[in-house]
Amino acid sequence: METDIAVTETLAAEHGLTSEEYARLKGILGRDPTFTELGIFSVQWSEHCSYKSSRVHLKRLPTRGPQVVEGPGENAGVVDIGEGLCAAFKIESHNHPSFVEPFQGAATGVGGILRDIFTMGARPIAVLDSLRFGPLVQGPGTPAALAARNRRIFDGVIGGIAFYGNCFGVPTVGGEIGFEPGYSGNPLVNVLALGVARRDGLFLARARGAGNPVVYVGARTGRDGIHGASLLASAEFSDESQQKRPNVQVADPFMEKLLLEACLEAMGTGAVVAIQDMGAAGLTCSTSEMASRGGTGIEIELGRVPRRETGMTPYEIMLSESQERMLLVAERGRQGELLALFRKWGLEAVEIGRVTGDGLMRVLDEGRVVADIPAEPLCEQGPAYTRPLAPARSGSFGTPLAAFAPEGEDLTPPLERLLASPAIASKRWVWEQYDHMVRTNTVVRPGRGDAAVLRVKETGRGLALSTDGNGRWCRLDPYLGAMHAVAEAARNVAASGARPLAATNCLNFGNPEKPEVMWQFSRAIDGLAEACAALGTPITGGNVSFYNETLGESIDPTPVAGILGLLEDAGAALGMRFRAEGDVVVLLDGAGSSRSFGRASAVLAREFSSSEYAKVALGVVGGAPPAIDLAAEKRLIDLLVALAGERLVFSAHDVSDGGLAVTLAECAFGARGLGARIELEGPEPAEAALFGERGARAAVSVDEARLARLWAVAAEYGVKAQAIGRVAGGELRIAANDREIVRAPIARLEDQWANGLERALAVSLPAVG
Amino acid sequence: MRFGVVVFPGSNCDHDARHAVGNVLGQPAEFIWHQSEDLAGFDAVILPGGFSYGDYLRTGAIARFSPVMRAVERFARRGGLVLGICNGFQILLEAGLLPGAMLRNRGLRFVCRDVWIRVESADTPFTCAGQVGQVLRVPIAHSDGNYTAEPETLRDLERNRQIVFRYTTPEGRVEPAANPNGSMESIAGIVSRERNVLGMMPHPERAVEAMLGSTDGLVVFRSLVESLTRQARATA
Repeated sequence: METDIAVTETLAAEHGLTSEEYARLKGILGRDPTFTELGIFSVQWSEHCSYKSSRVHLKRLPTRGPQVVEGPGENAGVVDIGEGLCAAFKIESHNHPSFVEPFQGAATGVGGILRDIFTMGARPIAVLDSLRFGPLVQGPGTPAALAARNRRIFDGVIGGIAFYGNCFGVPTVGGEIGFEPGYSGNPLVNVLALGVARRDGLFLARARGAGNPVVYVGARTGRDGIHGASLLASAEFSDESQQKRPNVQVADPFMEKLLLEACLEAMGTGAVVAIQDMGAAGLTCSTSEMASRGGTGIEIELGRVPRRETGMTPYEIMLSESQERMLLVAERGRQGELLALFRKWGLEAVEIGRVTGDGLMRVLDEGRVVADIPAEPLCEQGPAYTRPLAPARSGSFGTPLAAFAPEGEDLTPPLERLLASPAIASKRWVWEQYDHMVRTNTVVRPGRGDAAVLRVKETGRGLALSTDGNGRWCRLDPYLGAMHAVAEAARNVAASGARPLAATNCLNFGNPEKPEVMWQFSRAIDGLAEACAALGTPITGGNVSFYNETLGESIDPTPVAGILGLLEDAGAALGMRFRAEGDVVVLLDGAGSSRSFGRASAVLAREFSSSEYAKVALGVVGGAPPAIDLAAEKRLIDLLVALAGERLVFSAHDVSDGGLAVTLAECAFGARGLGARIELEGPEPAEAALFGERGARAAVSVDEARLARLWAVAAEYGVKAQAIGRVAGGELRIAANDREIVRAPIARLEDQWANGLERALAVSLPAVG
Repeated sequence: MRFGVVVFPGSNCDHDARHAVGNVLGQPAEFIWHQSEDLAGFDAVILPGGFSYGDYLRTGAIARFSPVMRAVERFARRGGLVLGICNGFQILLEAGLLPGAMLRNRGLRFVCRDVWIRVESADTPFTCAGQVGQVLRVPIAHSDGNYTAEPETLRDLERNRQIVFRYTTPEGRVEPAANPNGSMESIAGIVSRERNVLGMMPHPERAVEAMLGSTDGLVVFRSLVESLTRQARATA
């Protein structure tokens, strides 16, 4: 056994292990650990790898359904999409690395999730990114220097995502971007990847068959990323965080592209028994988890591991998070065939060990045993905590709204400000830097619809994806906010015509050792569970990211929901743009006629105080997220799917950030100068009717001749459908109870919206050609 | 009629090109591995888009030394039809099969969006199914599409009618604002003097199905099929 460095409890504490955890470790080994073993336990039992604070809560999430092929626990969730095919998808965070080194941090985040997908035998067909940054422009709580730093981080992250996805050859087709002061010290980079595989061609990471060789393939191992998972992802930031830059890995998308093609080809030979990527905690996780899941052991010889630097210790090799590496178990006797195949792709591949039957993860260094750990206890018997909870104070500031604007007041100016604000403005500047069309499946491109839609060439079906989350709402009420995240993602998918199938989630929170943060987490889990159950979208996987704090300041709790939907015919996918003058604009409301519009104005004002409009136009963040009616959401979703299936409507766009006014304006943008004339009626104050964000609503446009059919179908689904106006040339005009409150040329509104983000960035970045 | 699509390490539009030719046009299309030096039996070769060898050096600078490029050169010299799309165009420039070079885009960023290109010459095997002046809507996706050449090269290109596509407005006007990358003379695609090697930055293979937004890219592939059919008839 390795004896070079004596392991003490102090050293264990420096590795982030508590004294109880260290005692548990010794109990599993029945002796003191070696230095290498300490390193292995510390990463495997880090928050990032072990989910020790979240496990007890995650159990409450619904994970089953007839469509689910593989639920949480695998590299990605897998659902059936018909005709022998399935879709693998998962979202994962790379928040801390993206703050320390935005470009490489974001790029390796994309690389990591792509490997999770093709590790399962699925070819990646799309990536979406859910991103949060601090404000790009100076404002309350955001001095000029901080805004400048936020812009730099934003620019670096976008560049990193583009660099990786474009070179790898996967279209980056959507996602969302938010800006709130809480993310200035801790941006969020959550990446969702989707792949398609034959159902009978799925691969699981289970080492089977004692004596089968273990093969290392891909990039060489270096000192980059050591303790990325344990130190970077499992601790909050301090002033010294910049010194953690060496912990961020460096991305090589070209290598990953070769790995993709070679691994898929290798999996097709039948000579691969199991395969696992080396992501967080590198060789440590891949060996121990393959052995643990397979009920076997693995023995590897570090002397055979390809290295890019000399003098690396066993500890460093085991903990390296160098990117673009895979570990696979080959059918005994067929490893030569695989090694030749990898050579053909120009990849280094080496047999470094074998599967054993003794349940041990044994690591040798030139024949000397440096680690000998029971694999299953290492992976499955890690610590799990039921941490204390305490209700968090909501972070509202500003006085919640007391009164609405006087009826009849011109609301055009605040609408223009809203359209120009970075959160609402077009994200064209971002997605034009992403190749969003490669692989020629992108039916609904970024900015063209509520969800991205990809066709499946083999079957002609369509897959729709949306990610959503509202940190501001979750800070005010994590339970309601989490439900809204699911409802909005599902609504977006349905607005594109797809039936929501399943969900993945990325849970971004602060320090779980703080009872308030843990309470936010627990409430968010309850919200996610309830919404996913109600909408029939089981959660098939995801990722928890804790310790999103800098200098003790936690981010807004940000659960992000990613929903995957299925269209029977990709050609029936709906975009959001109006089609032609004269088409009727219909507002669908899932709350149906049951909703009482005569709600107390105090409740309305409370809910309105949490809206994007209140923040941007009134400088208010407070109150509570809108109440949610999941049954109403479900009715609306079912109706939208039916309408697209019948090809009854030309466009569909849900009502969300910025309310109905923004929805209608966005339907007009890009539609060759078309506008709309809208007349709203009802007791709701005009300001609330225009900018309120209560859910279960969508605007569709339809040919007048099909209106009768639309009324009938809407009635069948219990959704209130109301003609509110017509598509008309040139202007957006909105009247409420016969008083005109918005009137502006579409060209002017579109200019505000289309260029809002670039204008915010123009302060320091060069213009785009 | 047999199409070959070259696969360099890092090609990522190879499947798309084969899909366009094979599934949409229904012509036989096969991949050609970058280490192959044998193009026997192929009537047209496509160098697809992507990031050959990661393009960590100048785009196409490594790929031009692939064994397959020696074969492509011989193939072109014998009059074989070669279509280089995006990275394929960059490789053709590096290989000297077409004149000029690529700089970073004027805006220094990767740009992916639909552009409009005008057919400047219809007497090539890649545009004979189109008409001079016809405006096509086709996507671009590149960082290095800013075509640059010596003044005399540009004069030659002009004189020999080798400029095949120019970036224009949807109405077909050449304007700086319609040029997405700063390319000289708004050049989007050029053909060799012998008119059998075409390089273009836009991706015609991404514009062959209405569901994806445009079918204008079919002009290029239909032209190829027509030319090869005519050629086959002539030699029969």
